[in-house]
Amino acid sequence: MFASLAGVLFDGFAFGMLLFLLSVGLSVTLGMMNFVNLAHCSFAMIGGYATVSLANRYGWPFLATLPAAFVAAGGVAIALERTLFRRLYRASDLDQCLLTIGMVFISIAAYAFFYGTVVQSTPMPSYLKGSVQLFGMSFAAYRLFLIAMGLVVAATLVFALETTRFGAQVRAAVDNQRMARGLGIDVDRAFMITFALGGGLAGLGGALAIEIVGLDHAFALNYLVYVLIVVAVGGLGSIGGSFAAAVVLGVSDMAGKYYFPWLGAFVIYLVMVALLMWRPVGLFGKR
Amino acid sequence: MLSARNLNKRFGSLVVAQDLSLELPPGVRYALIGPNGAGKTTLINLLTGMLAPDSGRIFLGGDEITGLKPEARVRQGLARTFQINTVFPQLTPLESVAIAVLERERHAHNWWRGLPAFAPAIDEAQAILERLRLAGVADRPTRELAYGQQRLLEIALALATRPRVLLLDEPAAGVPKDESAELFSVIAGLARELTILFIEHDMNVVFRFASRIIVMVGGRILLEGTPEEVRSDDRVREVYLGRAHARAA
Amino acid sequence: MEKGRAEVSYFRAQARWRPLELAFWAATLLPFVVTPSYLSLASQIAITALFALSLDLLLGYAGIVSLGHAAYFGFGAYSAGLLSKHYLGEPLTGLVVGAAAAGILGYVTSHVIVRFRHLALIMLTLGLGLLLAEAANSASALTGGADGLQGVKMSPLLGFKFDLYGRTAYAYSLAVLFCVFLVARRIIHSPFGLALRGIRENATRMPAIGAPVLAHLRKVYTIAAAMAGAAGALLTQTTSTVSLEVLSFGRSADVLVILILGGAGRLYGGIVGAIIYMVARDQFSGLNPQYWYFWIGLLLVAVVMFLPNGILGGLSALRKKPQ
Ligand SMILES: Nc1ncnc2c1ncn2[C@@H]1O[C@H](COP(=O)(O)OP(=O)(O)OP(=O)(O)O)[C@@H](O)[C@H]1O
Ligand SMILES: [Mg+2]
Repeated sequence: MFASLAGVLFDGFAFGMLLFLLSVGLSVTLGMMNFVNLAHCSFAMIGGYATVSLANRYGWPFLATLPAAFVAAGGVAIALERTLFRRLYRASDLDQCLLTIGMVFISIAAYAFFYGTVVQSTPMPSYLKGSVQLFGMSFAAYRLFLIAMGLVVAATLVFALETTRFGAQVRAAVDNQRMARGLGIDVDRAFMITFALGGGLAGLGGALAIEIVGLDHAFALNYLVYVLIVVAVGGLGSIGGSFAAAVVLGVSDMAGKYYFPWLGAFVIYLVMVALLMWRPVGLFGKR
Repeated sequence: MLSARNLNKRFGSLVVAQDLSLELPPGVRYALIGPNGAGKTTLINLLTGMLAPDSGRIFLGGDEITGLKPEARVRQGLARTFQINTVFPQLTPLESVAIAVLERERHAHNWWRGLPAFAPAIDEAQAILERLRLAGVADRPTRELAYGQQRLLEIALALATRPRVLLLDEPAAGVPKDESAELFSVIAGLARELTILFIEHDMNVVFRFASRIIVMVGGRILLEGTPEEVRSDDRVREVYLGRAHARAA
Repeated sequence: MEKGRAEVSYFRAQARWRPLELAFWAATLLPFVVTPSYLSLASQIAITALFALSLDLLLGYAGIVSLGHAAYFGFGAYSAGLLSKHYLGEPLTGLVVGAAAAGILGYVTSHVIVRFRHLALIMLTLGLGLLLAEAANSASALTGGADGLQGVKMSPLLGFKFDLYGRTAYAYSLAVLFCVFLVARRIIHSPFGLALRGIRENATRMPAIGAPVLAHLRKVYTIAAAMAGAAGALLTQTTSTVSLEVLSFGRSADVLVILILGGAGRLYGGIVGAIIYMVARDQFSGLNPQYWYFWIGLLLVAVVMFLPNGILGGLSALRKKPQ
């Protein structure tokens, strides 16, 4: 019983790290521009399929594909931000919603066209396979790796946001966009960079997700809900909030699947709706 | 008619209303003046229920309205206009004012009868627009109206609720000088028994149209009195007129 | 007095039936004679149009964005299905029950939903929709789960059996659509409808002119939910089955696409959108559904970027231009 509890916590924490990577970018960009980007998980798919292609077709080692996934997703994010999203910052949330849903549909169809509808997998290097013995229990090596990645990214983001000049600009823009503009901060540029970083991190998340949850063409829609929950619960623009929300969601999702498998995702949705009703700005949100 | 006792409100550490008390007798034309950021708009928001005070009580015609929702206060006869045009861009002035009249007559819940069946309400809306010289544009979408006409529509919307007390937040904000005089003559021509409080920065206008003046500074009421008293008060001259004159010069 | 009459006539002119409208409704009878082999498609279109009309009241007139409107459609569909499976198969009763059940659900949920705007509203409607879909999936003893609800048996409608060609089905769906359309038309030309447009245009101003915004929104939400429930019930009754798809996110997204395509905030927006969407989907039915969604996605992007008021909005802009 205890062993299984520890196992659920561990797996849930690892899943939470994945959710954190997938959603942190959306949280920050939403906080800055209030741009409702439902296509955020499409960036994750870009990263995922970049890894699949490079590893399976060109034989790149898995670890080497991860930066490529980040760059590919971030690059597409920049291109889209410049051409499409930029024009809709002042549009209604409905228009933003529609445009980005349209992009979700397009990305799903495009991947179904190029890669088919089968679940993709990619070979893992031997050191990420199997498990590691710690404190008399065995932990899956890949999940440990995933947790390490999540923690490193979270720490880097928090550190960068707190100490760098750019971080200060981002914080100011999230806090109060208009005032930040008044202070002479180039919010549009800051947003573009944040958007690209967020897309890149989602791409990284998508690549790392392959081993845990698989990757198929419907990823952009299936994980959108998880990402939205993290953002909604964590609060807009809060990295710490996203982290905490992602962990809570990951653990409760795993626990739900382990202990109440017949309920499916019901518990998760219920928690989301209840939390939104209780605190519409999220647990850690300021606004 | 309208009175407030010891209203307090702070945004975080910023005190925007400190122990505000005021008493507006029926039919009086009050001007509320004070430098930018003095808390004038906030006071209107508190009185009309758009902001909840941290403490204090508000009475309208002897009844306490402190806990009432904004729309309930409107129904009791407390109407306001907004400093920044807050109108219905796609609706026509006639439609906009008709909403307010229908709401007041408690017809707005009615979804089973067509609007033409409510001729008295529509006629009244049209009459209000005529009084404010908007009849000519009554059927045009509001967003096509000139800025000054939208300012008038602000007042028309408030009048349509048939208020006992009317709070006007800088009705002439952004309107050119000559048009502003015209606008205030419209306001001055409103029913005598209507209690009016208006915020205005132009002291000529204030002295011409107000029978009493409230001076606010830093969330506090500095002084309340007749135009003469205010004109001759040294403190007012210092904090307000002095600066205004300096700017004008 | 003379002036006043002129002003009332402005509203009368707004509510007047135009020749094009009459022609449109007359044309809805054409499938019986012109394309009798497409009657089941026609009844699907009528049902979808009804669903889109209900969303139009919410989104187009009251300004409430919903990504989970299928919740009410599906709730009506399952209510009508369960009624006919376990108690009685009389269609009109089923229709009323489906609409009432969805209306009640709408009334209950409206207390939460109308308080929110923007992102929170979008997520909340999405969440409620998913919640209900997942609940139906879990409660497979009641709903049949992924296999769908089997054993829905319909009795004849006023003596007419539901025939293989879909003649009764289309006549029935069309009649219900028309009746509900009349109600919706009445609503938008009523004081309540005007107040809704006021809320859509400026929700902060409304309380300042004495309007109880939340109460108005709760009411329209309930009405729209009941309409969606009626559409769901019709689908159940004309197809004699209910699948989980009626509650899916895809259905919520589809109806949004349809309405936006046709033109939100216009009475015929949802109907025109439904016709175009459903006919196109039927024509491309050979296409893999994945690719269908590619075009839908492209269409959405194009509509948002180039045709913000939908097809009907674009047409009326074209018509006004020469003047
Ligand atoms: N919602 C709010 N949150 C925080 N601070 C606010 C808020 N509303 C107003 N303030 C602040 O309260 C102070 C008073 O504002 P208010 O709008 O009442 O001033 P005012 O007297 O109407 O000024 P003006 O003449 O410029 O209209 C200002 O410093 C303003 O920045
Ligand atoms: Mg002000």
